[in-house]
This record gives sequence, structure tokens and C-alpha cells, in this order.
Amino acid sequence: MASITKPLIPLVRLERNELGLTVRDYEGAMSTLCAGCGHDSITAAIIRAVFELAIPPHMISKLSGIGCSSKTTAYFVRGAHGFNAVHGRMAAIATGANAANRQLRTIGVSGDGDSLSIGVGHLTHAIRRNVNMLYVIENNGVYGLTKGQFSASADVSSTSKRGEPNLLPPIDPMMLGLSLGATFVARGFSGDKAHLVPLLKAGLEHEGFALVDVISPCIQFGDHEGSTKSYAFTREHETLVDDPLLLGEDQIVAHLPDDATTSVRMHSGEVLRLRSLPAGFDPTDRASAFAYLEERKAAGEIPMGLFYVNEAVPDVHELNETSSEPLVSVPYKRLCPGSSALEEIQQRFV
Amino acid sequence: MTTDTRPAPAHRDHAVRVNDCALKLANVNGSGSASANMLLMKAIFRMGIPVSGKNLFPSNIQGLPTWYEIRVNETGHTGRALDYDLMVMMNMQTYADDVREVRSGGYALYDSTWPLDPGLVRPDVTYLGVPLTTLCAEHFSAAREQVLMKNICYAGAVVALLSIDVDIVSSLLDETFQRNARLRESNQLALRLGYEYACEHFDCPLPIRLEPMDANAGKILVDGNTATALGCLYAGATVAAWYPITPSTSVMDNFTSLCHRYRREPTGETGPDGEVRYRNDYLILQAEDELAAIGMVLGASWTGARAFTSTSGPGISLMNEMLGLGYYAEIPAVVVDVQRTGPSTGMPTRTQQADILLAAYASHGDTKHLLLFPSNPAECFELAVKAFDLAERFQTPVIMLTDLDIGMNDWVVPRLRWDDGYVPDRGRVLDKEALEQLGRFFRYADEDEDHVVARTLPGVSEKGAYFTRGSGHDKFGAYTEAPDEYQEVVDRLARKHAAAALHMPPPVLEARDGATIGVVAVGSSEPAIREALDLLDDSGLPVDFLRIRGFPFAPAVREFLDAHELVFVVELNRDAQLRSLLTVETGVDPARLRSVLAYGGFPMSARQVADGITAQLES
Repeated sequence: MASITKPLIPLVRLERNELGLTVRDYEGAMSTLCAGCGHDSITAAIIRAVFELAIPPHMISKLSGIGCSSKTTAYFVRGAHGFNAVHGRMAAIATGANAANRQLRTIGVSGDGDSLSIGVGHLTHAIRRNVNMLYVIENNGVYGLTKGQFSASADVSSTSKRGEPNLLPPIDPMMLGLSLGATFVARGFSGDKAHLVPLLKAGLEHEGFALVDVISPCIQFGDHEGSTKSYAFTREHETLVDDPLLLGEDQIVAHLPDDATTSVRMHSGEVLRLRSLPAGFDPTDRASAFAYLEERKAAGEIPMGLFYVNEAVPDVHELNETSSEPLVSVPYKRLCPGSSALEEIQQRFV
Repeated sequence: MTTDTRPAPAHRDHAVRVNDCALKLANVNGSGSASANMLLMKAIFRMGIPVSGKNLFPSNIQGLPTWYEIRVNETGHTGRALDYDLMVMMNMQTYADDVREVRSGGYALYDSTWPLDPGLVRPDVTYLGVPLTTLCAEHFSAAREQVLMKNICYAGAVVALLSIDVDIVSSLLDETFQRNARLRESNQLALRLGYEYACEHFDCPLPIRLEPMDANAGKILVDGNTATALGCLYAGATVAAWYPITPSTSVMDNFTSLCHRYRREPTGETGPDGEVRYRNDYLILQAEDELAAIGMVLGASWTGARAFTSTSGPGISLMNEMLGLGYYAEIPAVVVDVQRTGPSTGMPTRTQQADILLAAYASHGDTKHLLLFPSNPAECFELAVKAFDLAERFQTPVIMLTDLDIGMNDWVVPRLRWDDGYVPDRGRVLDKEALEQLGRFFRYADEDEDHVVARTLPGVSEKGAYFTRGSGHDKFGAYTEAPDEYQEVVDRLARKHAAAALHMPPPVLEARDGATIGVVAVGSSEPAIREALDLLDDSGLPVDFLRIRGFPFAPAVREFLDAHELVFVVELNRDAQLRSLLTVETGVDPARLRSVLAYGGFPMSARQVADGITAQLES
């Protein structure tokens, strides 16, 4: 991510990851979003997350739909294949991409219009299939590119820039995800990168569909008084639920979880520690997550954090028992039964 | 034949016709008649006689009228007949219509457990009453069996009446019920009941009778959807996405069972409950809708898998936007459209060729697709494989247009052949080594003689990474709103589409001496047209026939149009869509193209073609 062209030679010595790559190696094209757009902060958080996880850039496929959010796939990991698809259909295209090559890290970036209106059908079914991907909703409650209409995530009584209130109730992607049985449900804030990066890393390491809703104020059409998705409103009302920390496979969890900490062993072997949990909330218990979110919402808060994680649900490939090597790599001779089998098959036809 | 010792038949005035008749079986949907009708059809096939079976069924699970037509013709004309020599009337709701459709001098078989309404009696039709309900009630105890066995019972009567080889029928029943002795016995009994009743009460066989031939050596009886699924299997498709829709559903049903059989291996491991674990070299996704289905196909193809979807007209309507994406972003996709009767929901269980224009130009903006038109199940197999080669060679969606008649009816076609030397044409895909030798990779820059550019796949190399977009892009793959950069790409796409004409399956020409007029068609109307052209030839009018198999049109198409003073475009739609496409795409003078159209939802018959041509020539 960059809003301005950066010098090719960094002024400071940059940190390198296990692959010997710097964070600059995970950047993409220059952003064409408005200066100060929350989406650019999310892009920076994604770059940081994949850098820290040391994912080889070419092993990422990044997909998006249409809208401001969906432009951002061009702004990170230039060494990865990107696919800016049509409006609302990214989840379906990503499902196909993941079907063909299960070894790729599939990252989908979408917006609230793309995911909760035109594409809600595909989002829900990708959740249902538990497609192994990170799905980020850059959520600002408005359609920016068409000049500020309310989206399906806008809160009741939140106002447009011109002061009209939104009348329809919102679709909360977190409640949607939980009700559909999503296996990883988290919310972050573009204004809090320190909290967002570990959420994205945990989502990337999750084996299954990781739904990450990121409140990302639209500085043109949603960052005014009266908007419930402005920087100020979000800062004022956010409640940090948990503070995820991803520990490496070899890092021993020293203590058994106490009241305020839960540990989840990821498929990759890593341990996800969730610290500072509020009393009575258990992110491995769906009912608890539901109750907690409802309660916080009623109190007028915007909870942030990992609300639910379940590593035990098989993803679409495990359910299908797809070969562990990517389908794209299966040699043709293994796919074609040959002429003798065709003769055998045709015995039914005589 | 053995000497006929039975009493002199009452139908001596009826001329004997061997291996040339049409049967129509009028049934109630969901009553179990399909297996009896297939039994008759398959027995005739095994007797070596050219035969076709057409299922004219309703969009319903149980209760509505359904018909099955069997056409037997020793010269091989097995298109739909419109006159029926024998009507098997098993549905009282449709008695009146069914009696009307029997040709003069024909026969009507009915269940004489109940008396026939005298108002239905036609003096020129011979009525053959078989007390099917009584026979089955007397011989079967279970209520369900009493109903189901009536079907096999009428089949037994038809076997006797037409002199179908009863041993073949009996062995077919044995094969079907080889694992269920009780059902096998019931079916064999029902067959005997009908057969013996007919032998005792009628002069069997009727003058319309069958005799064994040897016309089916090296042939099979198969439906188009099964053959299409086989083609997709053999082409190496690994990802399939679909949404259930009549009449295409059996494409994926068949693909699924073929994958179970040929693409799955036990891993040797077992699951927590001791269940056998498999390694599946495929992934079939039942999508939430057709938009998702084509999206999944594009995603999988973009990643490098051979992927396809099967659907019908309403699905193509929904897929329009993403077919445009596939065209513009240059992503391979194979779409099988088993056409049904439109518009809108239309008649889902009836056939048409009415998606031609939709498929050719699917999506907003300037888009053109590659189309394939198989005319029978054997071509479904061949062209399904071709579809994947073309899609990857030209990096674009390929739509194979079959229809309900081809897809769901059993056709006698030459045995499918497979060349084990076949190598999939994956098109221009740069692998890691090729990328390393390249200075820098640009997605849409390096154009070959067919105006195709090289692509790369995710997961191979950072050097091959590019950003795929359906938004305006220049030849380097970068976003653009500049007119010349935009036009440079879309102009190449037009040239690429035109270049594909030489790679499409060539049209099939059947020329006749002295012909000055021609017929052009695609798909399932072929048998009806060939029969019609024989009829016209017999009456002194030779007509050439060109059957188109691909779009963009091969040069031979324009040559054929130019070489005939008048060309009849025969098609199963109201708006003469193929004629429009020919006019627009070849630039031929539209005045030289006439139309013969049938669009009521049933397969084309020779009479419609011959009458359509002669009526226009006379006027």
C-alpha cells in the first residue's frame, strides 16, 4: 500500500521474515483511494500479516468484487495473482479458485455493498461450505463510488452526509456469520492496526472460512457527525473483546488458560491465545459469542475481536476428500480413464 | 418365420410393413412406465433395427400426462414421426387426443378392464383391448406391484403384436433385476401375461411387424447428457459447478457417478469410525445459483483447472455478466447448455434451439463467444472434449449447445472411440522455466498468430503474477480509461474470435447431384432433415444439406450460402435465430435465406421440414 510512490531504496534497514523478504516485498501498486481512506490501513495490515507469516507471495491468490474495497487487492502483494471480478461474486470465484488449488492462500477482499447486498448469497454459501480462505469485509456502511448511498450494513438512524437518516435495519456480518455456522468470526477497525494484524494472521492460519469484518470509515461519505461508521463514533463506542496472539508451533503454552485467556490449537500447529477475555465470554462457544454480541450491541457498543473460532469443522476439500495435491497438479493420465475403460462403460449402452 | 396356423386375421387389408412403424405410448407421469418403454426401445435396438425413442414428458413428478414415442425405420430415418401406427393408451385423461393421433388403419391398445367410451371409437382404427388391470390384480398381491406391473404387461402385449424378440426382452429384464430375484420374477410374469394374452386374442404379429436386422453393429444406445459427462471426464475436467435445472441435471449426475468410479482411490487410511478414506481427483460444487456456478468455473479455470458447468436457458440468462467477464479477462470456461423451451421458465421439459443468439453474444458490451452444436450424443462426447481444448486455446468461454431431445433421449449412435494418444491442448500457459527466460511478463501483450496471448497460473512464480480485471485494461493488464489502449485490447479480442473459426469443428456437408437449393441447420433436427431431404429427392427435388457445428462460422459456411440460390435455415425457434446469426456474421444477402421453423416444444419431424420447404417453393 502506498498513496505516494516510495523510494526504491529504503532509508532504514528493513526487518526480514523467514523467507528473507521485507515488508516492501509484499506491497502492491499505488493506491488510488482517497487520501486517509481506512481501506488503505487495512491493506497495510494485510501486508503486515502475510509478511509476518512469511507466506511466499506467489502462493497467495487474492480476489475481490467491485467497489472501493475491491480495488485494494491491487495494492498488496504484487507477486500474487489477483482477480478483481464482478460485483458481489468474489466468494463464488474464490470458491472455484480454491477448489482448483487448495495449497494457495486465498484472500478475498470485499465491501459491505459487495458482500451484504448484491453478493450476500455467495457469501453465505461460501461460509456454509467452509471454503478455506480469509474473507475481509471493508465495512463503511455506504456506497462510496456511487456517492454515498446507504449500504445494508448502515445502522438505523445513522445519517448520510446530507443528513437523511437510514431507516432499514442493518445486516451485521458477525451475526450473519455466527448464525450460518462460520468457523472464524472476527471484527477489527481500520483505525487500530495493532489489533487488526493479529486478527488477520489468525484468520489466514485458520483452516476454513475466516470472516473478518473491518469497520473502515469512508472519509468522503461516512465520516461525519451522525454517521455510526465514522472514526470518531467507532473510537468512542468500540470495545476490545480479546487480544489475539498467534504463537509458533514450537512455542510452549506455559500456563493453562485462566479465566481471562483461551488457547486454540490451529490446524497449522500454531496456538492462538486469546487474552483479556471478558468474564463469561468464550470464543470457542457459539452461543456465548451470540449472547455477548447481543448484549454489547444493546449497550450501544461496537465489540472488536475474535468472537468465535472452531478449528474442528472440515473445509470443502476435507468434506470432499479431494486429493491433497492441488487438482491443477494432478497429471492428466490420472484423470483420463482411457480407451479400455470407455469400452467397459459402453457395455451399459448395448 | 414359421407357418401361421392361427385364424385368418381381420386386418388382411392392411399392407404388411416390416421394420417401419411408429408407436406412441400414452402414460401417466410417475406410474413407472418409463422402464417398460425403455425395455421395448432397447429390445428393438438389440434386434439390430434402427430405432429412436423420444420422451415427451411434463414438468411434474406424478400425475400429469406423459408420452413416449418409438420410431422404427429400416432405412435409418428415426426422426420424430407424426403418424402413429400403434397407440398404447394407458392414460384415460388423454384417450380422446391419443385416439385422434392414430393413423388411419392403425391400432390402439387400451386397458379393457373398463369399457371404452363408444364416442372414442373410430371405424378406421383397430382397437386391441387387454385387461391389464384385471390381469395384474389376479396375479400380483401387493397394491404397488399391481399398478407397476401393468406397464410390463402392456410391453408384453406390444412384444407379441410387433413380433419383438421375446427372448431379448426377457434377458433384458434379467439384466435389470439381476440382483433382485423377486422383482425379476414379477417382471417376467407380467411380461408373459401381456404376451400370452395378446397371442391368444389377437392375430399376432400385426402387419406392422419387426424382423431382426444387422444395422446396429458397432452402435450404442445412449443419451446426450451421459455422453457429455463422459466427454468432460475424458477431457480431464477436475472442477465442476452447477445448479440443478431440467434438462441438464443428468449431465452432472452422470459426471458425479463417473468420478466416483474413475477418479477416486482409497488412500489406505481409515477415518475415526473405521470408514474408508478416499483420494478424489475432482471437486463437484452444487452452487447456490447459476451465477455462482459460472463464477466457480471461472475461478477454477483461472487457477488452471479444467472446469465446466452444465445448465439450461434460464441459467445462461443468469450467467451473462460473468460470461462477459470470462470473455474480456480471457479466462477459459466450458458451459454446457441443454436447451429447453423459453422464454422465461417456458416449458422446462420441452425442447428448442432458442438460446443461439443469447449464447453467441451473452453479456453486455461487445462480447462474442465460441459455440459448439453437437447433433447427437456421439458428438456430445466428441465436442465436449473439443470444448475444453478450444476454451484453453482461446482463453475464453465455450458454450456447447445441445437440447433436451439430444440430452435426455436415448439415441442410436456409433460406439464412442477414444484415442489414448490424446493430449489436452492447454493453450498458451507459461510455466516457471518459460517465465524465467522472459524479461518481464505482461498478460495481454504477446499475441500469437491466432491473436491469443500467453497466460500464467497462480502458485507458479511471482514473475507471472498479474492482476486480472473485468474493468478497462491495456495490453499490459493495467487499468486504463484511455480510448486507444482500451480499443487495442478489444480489437484483438475481435480478431481472436474470428481466428477461432478455423479451429472450430468443420460443418458437415451432404451434397446431392443437381441441387441448387440448400438447407442449413444445427443440432438435433438432423435426422428429421435427412429424412425430409430423402423425401424431397424422391419427389424430384435434390437439396444440399450443411450442418453447422461451430460458431464463429467456418469459411465453408459462407461458401455454401453463396453456392445456392436459395437456402432454408431449419431451426427449433420462433425468431429464426440461426438465420439472424448467419446474416449478421457472414454478411450474406438475407433475402436468400428462408426459414423453416418449429417451436412448439417437440423434436422436429421430417414432415415439418419437407412441408415447410415445398410450401415456400410453391408460393
